Parts: sequence; structure tokens; C-alpha cells
Amino acid sequence: MKEIRIHARAGQGAITTAALLGYTYFLKGMFAFAFPHFGAARMGAPMNAFVRVDSKPVRLRSQIYEPDYVIIVDATLLRGFNCFLGLKEKGIVIINKREGIQIPKVKPTQKVFLVPANEIALKTIGRPLGNTALLGAYAAATQEFGLEDLVEAIKKRFLGKMQEANINAVKEGFAYVRTTYF
Amino acid sequence: MKGFLEGSRAVAEVIKLVKPGVISAYPITPQTHIVEELARMVANGELPAQFINVESEHSAVSVCLGAVATGVRAYTATSSQGLIYMSEVLFNIAGMRLPLVLTCANRALSAPINIWNDHQDSISVRDTGWIQLYAEDIQEVVDLQIIAYRLAEDKALMLPVMVCMDGFILTHGIENVDIPNQEQVDRFLPFYKPLYKLDPDEPLTMGLLADPDYYLETRFALQETLKEALSLIPKITQEFAKVFSRQYPGLIEEYKTKDAERVIVAMGSVCSTIKEVVDELRAKGKKVGLLKIITFRPFPAKEIYDALKNVPKVAVLDRALSLGSFAPLAAEIRAVFFGKNKKPKLISSFIAGLGGRDITVDSIKEIFRLLTTKEKTAEFIDLKPELLKEKIDV
Repeated sequence: MKEIRIHARAGQGAITTAALLGYTYFLKGMFAFAFPHFGAARMGAPMNAFVRVDSKPVRLRSQIYEPDYVIIVDATLLRGFNCFLGLKEKGIVIINKREGIQIPKVKPTQKVFLVPANEIALKTIGRPLGNTALLGAYAAATQEFGLEDLVEAIKKRFLGKMQEANINAVKEGFAYVRTTYF
Repeated sequence: MKGFLEGSRAVAEVIKLVKPGVISAYPITPQTHIVEELARMVANGELPAQFINVESEHSAVSVCLGAVATGVRAYTATSSQGLIYMSEVLFNIAGMRLPLVLTCANRALSAPINIWNDHQDSISVRDTGWIQLYAEDIQEVVDLQIIAYRLAEDKALMLPVMVCMDGFILTHGIENVDIPNQEQVDRFLPFYKPLYKLDPDEPLTMGLLADPDYYLETRFALQETLKEALSLIPKITQEFAKVFSRQYPGLIEEYKTKDAERVIVAMGSVCSTIKEVVDELRAKGKKVGLLKIITFRPFPAKEIYDALKNVPKVAVLDRALSLGSFAPLAAEIRAVFFGKNKKPKLISSFIAGLGGRDITVDSIKEIFRLLTTKEKTAEFIDLKPELLKEKIDV
């Protein structure tokens, strides 16, 4: 079982990100359970979304305390929260890059990927919603599935212009990690 | 059709297949996505039903009462304060023997205001005469919705059914789910033909005054009918299995209880987490198990007795309280064994997960650990001691 924790603010699309991530695994024949946890239940308030993935049905319903992977949609959350809390020994963190944010130190076995997802989104989608770019980066960083699997999921969930824009965002997020870190 | 669907969306999809003639609801978190989706389906013409917008839950469920009274299949959904606001009408619907189906997206009650999950809302209306079914996962919610209509409309019952699904965990959770097709649903659930209805051509009064000469018998009849439901539910779930190829025990589910020395009794989505812990502890040689209550009303006392009579230590996990008294589920589990010779040596009672406090693997392990020789009554799990120090000096 793999456990993914997403840190965002309510309204930044973390649930859609979790749903797309789970759906990508689903299309590969895996079982996933994606769910949100709201804090103050107000737009802008810190919230989490979680995804558990396994080759058999996922039963565990609690929140995720020891993630394999962490996606940080809004890096300003790093100022007030330990988003790295419980990260597994070989854990991977993908952060939507933002200037002036201190990134916590990690163990040599853990990896952090900084991705300018909002910049990619502005260019490809026209709005600073870096979620799909982060998913592209996730595919490259974790190698959990291929770029084409993610593109397939986006094709089934978005239509028309938004589909094209999000596919471009995914590809750029993927390419950024590949060229910068590998 | 297999999909990766949000629980609320899955419920809306299956309600569409059930083809209610009238839907009336008032939005409340975490039920909102269900009724938004149904409203969209009606507006798009996908679902040929009347969606009646109202100003409150009291009106929503009253509209449904009226619809079912005129012989139309109806649907509503709510949560928390909304369900409590409906409660007056809930008693009437059961008393008038109207087969309405309601989805309760379980949420805590105010005050303090809390939108997150526990079972206090549906437990608080347990005495209304409604049948209550608690779902463990999204697939079970979907299937119980269909079973609920079949059960409610059975001529031997004619009683309302509440399908309870944990708020957020199941309403906003997204997982692999199989939505049946129309042909399967039609085969299992025939077009609703009421046993009685309000009809100007054949006038009839419902819910009229029953003076002391009559009222007692109406309550006796409800009680007897609910007892009959206990034998009907397993028959209906067997028929369900034939059409949909998914097997539900209906009343209770026994998970590794046969040789178990310690068993947790619980309802709803937490049962999945408990199964995970049971497997982990079994792998270490610990004889533990889970007894899941699916049907809480009517209460399957005989089945519970048979399942637990040889288990030495039982823990009951309540996600609700009868404030000032015992935990509701625990009190009834203990009552099952009162005066019996064969019974657990110990039945301990635990309260966890109120107002959405996360029930973790550790919470479940703690309950198994606390199942020693000392019986616990309404023992709270996962309390934060630092918050309990707060007080006003007097």
C-alpha cells in the first residue's frame, strides 16, 4: 500500500488532485481511496486530501500520518505546519515552488522536488492552479506510473480546451522534474 | 459499471436508477453533494422526477411524506441538525406506514457546531419506527439504497428505511465502486404499487386520531412488524445477491469471530479500519475479530447473541452517547445477554470518534488493549488531557 498526503488550502483544488491521482491508479487496475479532511471548512483554510493505493481494496479509513509521498500545493503552509511530519524513510515530497519559503531538511534517503507548478499552470492553463503540473511532477519523481497514464486520466476527466491545457501542464511538470533532477 | 466515484455521486447515480417520482431535500453538509447531483440530473432531464425545493428539512421530509401518501416513490437525504429538525415528521411517516427511503450522511450535533462525522444524529432518532441500516463502504451504501426501497415497499412491512453513511469518509471519499445497471435494478425493484394511497376517488384518512382505545394496538403492530423485518432482511439480501452478484448478510457481519477471544462490535465505516487491525493482530497470533452491525433497527438480538455467546471478551465501540447514561449500542449489546447462561465474561464499552476525531489504527489497538479483566463503561478513547485542564474558577 502507498499513502499520499496532499497539503493545500480549501479552494486550491486538492480534492480534484487527489481524485485525479486515485483515478490514474484506478485506470491501471489498482484500488484507491481518496478523501479530504477539512480544517476550518472555509475557503483559504489549510486542509488535507489523502490517497491510499493498493493492489487490493483499501480498508483503512483514518487520515494519513506516515505518508510515502507528500504533495504541497501551497508552500506558504510550510510556515505554520510541519508538512513533512511522519514522512517515510524513503519518502518523496513534491512542492509547488515559491520564493522565500524555508524548506525543511530531510534524511539522505528522502527526496524533495521543487517544481514551479504555478508558473507552468499560468503558461498552460492561464491560471495559477498548479495541481496538474504537480501530478506530472509526481509521476516523474515517484515513477509510480507513466506520463501516458496520467494523460489518459486527464483525457477522461476534462473536455475540450481544459483537457488540452491540463495535458500540457502535466507534461511540463513531468519534463521539469526529469530535466532538473535526473 | 465499475468506476472511481465519490460516495455522494454514487448515491445519486443509484437513486436515479431507483426512479423516485419526488425528491425533496434541503442542503446541509455533508449531505450536500448527493442532492446537488440529483437536482442537476432532474434539471438536465436525466431523471424524470419532481425536485421540490423547500425552505427547511422539516418541509423536505413533509413533502416526501405527502408524495409517498399519494402512492409515489420518494427520496430525501440529510445530516445532523437537519435530521433532528425532521424528527417530528419521521415519527409520523413510520406511524402512517409510508415506505420512504432517506439517506443520512452521519454528522455530529451542535453545540458546539461541528460538521464532521459521528453517529449521534441517526442514533437520536432510533425510536421513530424507521429501519436503520449502516454502511461500511461506498459499495455497501449503493447496494443498501436499492435494498432499502425493496424492504420499505414490501407489503409485509410498509415502513420507512434510513440508510446511514458516514459523513465525509463515505460522502466525500472516492473509491472503486460498481454502479448496477437499470435492467438489474428494475428486475430487483419492481415499479412501486402502493398498498394504500390518498386518492380523491377512494377517499382515505391517514394518521388520524387514535384515542386510548386504539393507539396501543398501532404501536404493538409497528413493534411486531419490525420483528418480522428481521427475517425479511436476510431473504431480500439473498435475492439481491442473485441479481447483483454481491452478498450481504443483511443484519450483522461476522469477521473472524468464530474462534476469537476478543471482539469489537461497531457500525459504519470504522469497521473497515477494524478489519485491517484484526488482520494485523491475527498475523501476530492474536485471536481477535469484529462484529459489524448493519441493521441497527430492528435490533438483531438473536443473531448478535449467536455471534458473541462464546466470545470471552467483547468491546462495543459507540460513536454516539446517551448523555448521562450508557453508550447506546453498548447498552443494547449488554441487554442481549442479560439473564443468559452463555455469555461473554466481559462486555466493555468505548466511545470514540465523536465530532470527526480520527479513529486510527492505534485507537483500535488501544480498545483491544483495554479489553482486560476490568469491565469499562463508556470509556472515552483518544481524549486530549491538555484540553481537559481548561476550566472556569468559581
